[in-house]
Amino acid sequence: MHDVKTDVAMESAWSGGKSPFAIGSKKLGMWLFIVSDTLTFSALLITYSYSRLTNPDWPRPFPIYPAIAFSTTMTIVLLASSLTMVMAVMASQRNDRKKTVMWMVATMVGGLLFTGLHLTEWMNMIFKEHFTITGNPEGTPLFGAVFFGITGLHMTHVMIGVIYLGIVAVGYGRGKFSAEDVEVNGLYWHFVDLVWMFVFPLIYLMSVKY
Amino acid sequence: MNTLAHGEESHAGASVGTNIGIWVGLVAITFLEVFLAYMQLPPGLMLSILVILSVVKAALIMSFFMHLKYEKVSLVLFLIPATIFCLCMMFIFFFPEALRLLEMRPH
Repeated sequence: MHDVKTDVAMESAWSGGKSPFAIGSKKLGMWLFIVSDTLTFSALLITYSYSRLTNPDWPRPFPIYPAIAFSTTMTIVLLASSLTMVMAVMASQRNDRKKTVMWMVATMVGGLLFTGLHLTEWMNMIFKEHFTITGNPEGTPLFGAVFFGITGLHMTHVMIGVIYLGIVAVGYGRGKFSAEDVEVNGLYWHFVDLVWMFVFPLIYLMSVKY
Repeated sequence: MNTLAHGEESHAGASVGTNIGIWVGLVAITFLEVFLAYMQLPPGLMLSILVILSVVKAALIMSFFMHLKYEKVSLVLFLIPATIFCLCMMFIFFFPEALRLLEMRPH
């Protein structure tokens, strides 16, 4: 059956042997992971939004200074690390291994700085302001579970991201990994940044103390 | 900054200048959000504005930093509608139960 019709079908992008999205399987896999993780964070953040609006005694523990100024700094640090990751991906596409590793290390420094600032804030809240996962002095105990749950899950993603960056940076520097691996790593890192773009306004800016 | 030397189907992506511009935009929206926190808006209105601004930021990050603008349209059509569909399913089947909280709110 070698008529023209089947030949056209065989040449279709969907007939196998070709990537219909013109990307590698690693990149597609990372995109699918990002979609599933998006749904995890969305479920948490949307449930939080309902709780926030329906609880009139929701605690407002974050004064503009120092708490909001502090978390804004964290946001800028994470955004800056996203920009250095963009530079790393661009350098890897030019096959500039040295610069790629340099920018990736800069991204890791940003991630570690973010985690350090975040843990400082957590320690301050737990030991000085007595906010725990089950209770707090200001209002509904739900706040602790929500705050530590969502920011904790995000922080876990940042820490995994830093380890992931370290592995890829070393592997890419030694010529074991390709530019595609760096790009896939970049997708993960930008996603972590993207999640924080929702966590920061919804958790912090919705609970400002006046 | 586009290297067309390699004849592969590599996606060009944005220039360094564009990426820095996008970054400045993201920082600006962040400061706008912090400024809104000063205005002491009612929580419902505040939440709506913040979610809209965050979706704008997410779109900028996905389009430029995550290169989605420079990928094949088929990839975008594969990823984004599926995500939105799943979120709609959550709103339809899961969250209406949460609305019962409104009835339980102390008056």
